[in-house]
Amino acid sequence: MTEIDRQWTTRLRKRSFGKLPPEKMLPDTQPSYVSSWIYVFGVATISALIVVIATGCILAIFGPEWWHISNIGHFVNSLHLWSVEIFFFAMVVHLWGKYFMAAWRGGRAMTWMTGMFLFLASIVTGLTGYVSQTNFDSQWISTQAKDAINSSGGGGFFNLLNPGQMLMWHIVLLPLILVILVAVHVVMVRIKGVVPPFEDDQVVAPVDDEEVVAPSAATVESAGAPQ
Amino acid sequence: MSNKGFRPDVDAPEWKGGHTPYDIIKEGTIALVVIGLLTVGLAVVFGSPDIPAVTIKSWSNAAPIDFANTALSELNGTSITAAYGAPYNVQSSSASQQLGPIKLEYWVGVHIPINTTKDFVVDPLEALPNQPVLHQNLAQWNGASKATRTKWINNYTKVAPKMKFVGGQVTVPSANDGPLPVMINDLTMMARSGALDQALITGDSFYSTDYTQSLLFISDGSYLASIASQQHLLGEQWGVMNETGSYPGSAWLWLYTLWYQIPPMSNSSNADVEVLAIMVLLTAGLTLMPFIPGLRSIPRRSRVYRIIWREHYANQKTN
Repeated sequence: MTEIDRQWTTRLRKRSFGKLPPEKMLPDTQPSYVSSWIYVFGVATISALIVVIATGCILAIFGPEWWHISNIGHFVNSLHLWSVEIFFFAMVVHLWGKYFMAAWRGGRAMTWMTGMFLFLASIVTGLTGYVSQTNFDSQWISTQAKDAINSSGGGGFFNLLNPGQMLMWHIVLLPLILVILVAVHVVMVRIKGVVPPFEDDQVVAPVDDEEVVAPSAATVESAGAPQ
Repeated sequence: MSNKGFRPDVDAPEWKGGHTPYDIIKEGTIALVVIGLLTVGLAVVFGSPDIPAVTIKSWSNAAPIDFANTALSELNGTSITAAYGAPYNVQSSSASQQLGPIKLEYWVGVHIPINTTKDFVVDPLEALPNQPVLHQNLAQWNGASKATRTKWINNYTKVAPKMKFVGGQVTVPSANDGPLPVMINDLTMMARSGALDQALITGDSFYSTDYTQSLLFISDGSYLASIASQQHLLGEQWGVMNETGSYPGSAWLWLYTLWYQIPPMSNSSNADVEVLAIMVLLTAGLTLMPFIPGLRSIPRRSRVYRIIWREHYANQKTN
């Protein structure tokens, strides 16, 4: 092994490109079974997130109270609200679509789990957004939701009644977490590919979960199996 | 890998069929444009709600008796905040929510200390300048023993149901209640001027982003809840997932709010921690679904995937 081969940079590059070569990251073909409207909702979720972040950035430029006093600000807030509604709608449809595909099969459990973490992080981001609106909504939601946070013992550290703290979570910490999780989730999808359909012999004769059956395909994908 | 040991809900058959052209960049671009246009369309047609915040000034002007009674509850320790327990003040463990023997709220303890008598009533009044009568009464309050204060509070509380707001003043029938009539009346006047809003927000600092005290004080009254009720935001109105007006709210919280409508949570003093525990369990179950035998078989047994992959199965049949 040469000195260059031993370099951390070389090793990282080889490992990264080994797991995710460019043709997997940006594929130009897909398996023929990927043919359903349900597949649209993953990319729709990411697209809505881009609109959410873009409109949130505009609101951030002018500050949290701008939208109360400016018609343009109010319109940008409306864009932010509706993109959030679309984001959650698309994400929930995507989640249930993947559930009914049992999309964790073939070593994709972590892809499923990062998707769930994304859903949870999105809910917390939505909550911090609601309580950062500086209007009646914020007052009511924060004073009601505090009881749930307090009951967990977390109210003294994650104080919904402190809009300054909530705004920081909403526009810095949680978006950062979301973007990182989306990146990890998408990379996992690209590495593993889209989960194949159940085999027909499994379809015709449902078996108990713990029973073993032989699929018609010669090989299988399983946790840790090479793609 | 051998076919032996193939688990249909864990393993996936390797795809050996055909592939079709797929332009991922084009798909992403089209999706972004469509979602962007849909967002603009919805924002133009429906806009977004913005009901102004309630201030202590607006509350005490709209409902002075509600404010004065809330101020009394802060003074006599019967308000929600005064009796809340952790994280705001020290109370017995029964004041905090608990899940069987688990008392997280109580165990974590006080981290945002609030003494409602001092922080919501006495300190703001003491900050008012040039009020000789008020300050005489405050001196009487501060110099009194605990027993005397309790006697005054009890006497005032007895006549409080007959409280009136006449000529811009809060009045109650005379009782042996020491400085309380002046304190409650002057705090109401302070609130109606807007000075109490500022006093509770800023505290000792010029800058503040912390509205904990103001929000707790306002939510102890019934005025905020009356507006929430008109906006169908109360718990029994499935308020957790609603938005002001007719706008869609947090519809994704439908399951969370559902549990609040069902006994025993619907009439439990520990409803929040009970619902939280249920949701944590369900969420953990869904997150760990790939590892739970039985549950992970539901998608295969439900056969919904036959709809999702109907073209694939139709093609297989044809071939």
